[in-house]
Amino acid sequence: MDFRLTEDQRALKAAMRELLEARFDRDALRAAVERPELDRSLWRALGDAGFFSLRLPEREGGVGLGLPEAVLVFEEAGRALLPGPLVATHLAAGTVEGAATGESVVTRVDGALVAWLDEADHVLGDASDATAIRSLDPLTPLHRTGGTRTATAVEAVLLSAAEQLGSAARSTDLAVQHARDREQFGQPVGAFQAVKHLCADMLVRTEVARAAVYAAAVTGDPYEIAGAKLLADEAAVRGARDCLQVHGGMGFTWEADVHLHLKRAWVRAGQWQSAQQAAETLASAL
Amino acid sequence: MDLTYTDEEEAFRARLREWLAVSLPKLPPKPDPLDWPARRSYDTAWQRMLYDAGYAGLHWPEAAGGRGATPTQHLIYLEETEKAGAPYVGANFVGLLHAGPTIAAEGTPGQRARWLPPVLRGDEIWCQGFSEPDAGSDLASLRTKAVRDGDDYVVTGSKIWTSHAEVADWCELLVRTDPEAPKHRGITWLAMPMDAPGITVRPLRTLAGSAEFAEVFLDEVRVPAANRVGAENDGWRVTMVTLSFERGTAFVGEVVACRRTLTELAATARQNGTWDDATIRRQLGLLNAEFTALWRLTQWNVSESQRVGGVPGTGGSVFKLRYSHARQELYDTAARVLGPDSLDLDREWTLDRLSSLSYTIAAGTSQIQRNIVAERILGLPKGR
Repeated sequence: MDFRLTEDQRALKAAMRELLEARFDRDALRAAVERPELDRSLWRALGDAGFFSLRLPEREGGVGLGLPEAVLVFEEAGRALLPGPLVATHLAAGTVEGAATGESVVTRVDGALVAWLDEADHVLGDASDATAIRSLDPLTPLHRTGGTRTATAVEAVLLSAAEQLGSAARSTDLAVQHARDREQFGQPVGAFQAVKHLCADMLVRTEVARAAVYAAAVTGDPYEIAGAKLLADEAAVRGARDCLQVHGGMGFTWEADVHLHLKRAWVRAGQWQSAQQAAETLASAL
Repeated sequence: MDLTYTDEEEAFRARLREWLAVSLPKLPPKPDPLDWPARRSYDTAWQRMLYDAGYAGLHWPEAAGGRGATPTQHLIYLEETEKAGAPYVGANFVGLLHAGPTIAAEGTPGQRARWLPPVLRGDEIWCQGFSEPDAGSDLASLRTKAVRDGDDYVVTGSKIWTSHAEVADWCELLVRTDPEAPKHRGITWLAMPMDAPGITVRPLRTLAGSAEFAEVFLDEVRVPAANRVGAENDGWRVTMVTLSFERGTAFVGEVVACRRTLTELAATARQNGTWDDATIRRQLGLLNAEFTALWRLTQWNVSESQRVGGVPGTGGSVFKLRYSHARQELYDTAARVLGPDSLDLDREWTLDRLSSLSYTIAAGTSQIQRNIVAERILGLPKGR
């Protein structure tokens, strides 16, 4: 048993972070917030890097890797708040034309919501009655449908959990950075235990979620995946809220990135599997 | 990320299971929890069985008489013994998990030869004299003083939260030898024989009604200077050598036990109808996620320790913060499932619920653990 990342896995994760730092830096993020349309050249760059074809066998033009590797690149995507129907397009690789290469944008109706409908080249599920809503999350355009959620692929649940994990880790970093830099009463606010303890709890939730998400990726067990999503949702949502609290007034502004993590985490917490569904699934396993 | 065990590890597991199946039925009946001498004999008899079978000191280095097992083998050992319902380490706890490893790391060859074999064989029991009434979270402010007099130290003061003091042969004792030095630099580590004149042990009754701990009063107790491990005034470092690194296995048995309790709790809820309450049912589901994740986090920490020779106390702090809270939640949920029966001390889990109240306090309160996580992992500044 060696649960640590292999050298190849660490290199893959680092390469994904580098790609995103180069192609989707903070300026690009803030531009995307003001102009919510998908950057198709970035989408193709992701395709070229193997983001969508990662789990396709090599003989089908894929990278031939597994869920553990997919979880690592999705974690990085979540960390960077990378927009777009990443999970739906990744899962469509090999079945929908152009998905694997990033030439197509694929979305999927999930219960009563569908994300990125106007930008999608292919829509899976029935979106005939979809009407646009003003999305709470500036980085996720949403439509409402009359549908209800039926079965969801467990891979979708796990990969969105991985994005939540990345977001939770990023919120922790942002809070710690602010707590070190911001001074009040003549000292960094991070020297106050009340602030320190918020940050410590953020890290604990993130690391527990990390163990759950990585292990679920290794075993592929549907119950572990349900638990991983539940814990990663909690880590991302509560992490972003604590991050906002640590930022004080600055956290309530549009300018700080904190709200982007919170809004995205709220959207993802309802996607593919709700907390209630997860809890029922996990109870049924007892 | 590999969660499968090697053939060698699986063979170790198979041998252990086979031995447990044959050996556990040979154990005498469990002792009365209030009968300390009986508990000591039971715990040491089990230790002797482990010794004879080659499982004593599994995680100790071979130079100290241990088996030099890998952290993964130790994990398997703790998982399998818990699953088989084997006795806990009990009275052997301090000797095997703290005093012994400290002597192994810092003692002289003579000290290792004198003290380590009896611990492994279950011949001698140790207790821990660290905390004091005025030195809890701030352990380094301890005041029990030791004054050198010829070949002895003369020790006066009091210790608290000492488990098994009534039946221990030895106490690993922290004393202040230099009251003028900064608090971490005036402490010395001594092995105190518990039959020395001047020692008074008084049972300490906890809110659970039992006397798991004791207070130990020391009135001019003479401890030979030859019983000092490490240099005079270097006792803080000597103690931390074994406290600051662990193998990530500190709570393996407990996590396994919690998962079993959760399964039993779900069965009880299905029987008594509380399962139909969605709030309770979902809370059980949530705890399932929680303890599964804590098991995975344990495997993560064990894998990390394989590389660096131990998990820094910080990794342990992350685990302990979450685990201690989750275990309290588990028994609070048990109380919801039991309803009125949760007020009956003779029902299962009622005493466990009371005992669990100490988990967020013992071995470093959750507040101290958060400071450790914030300052040593996240690098936040120390406060005033």
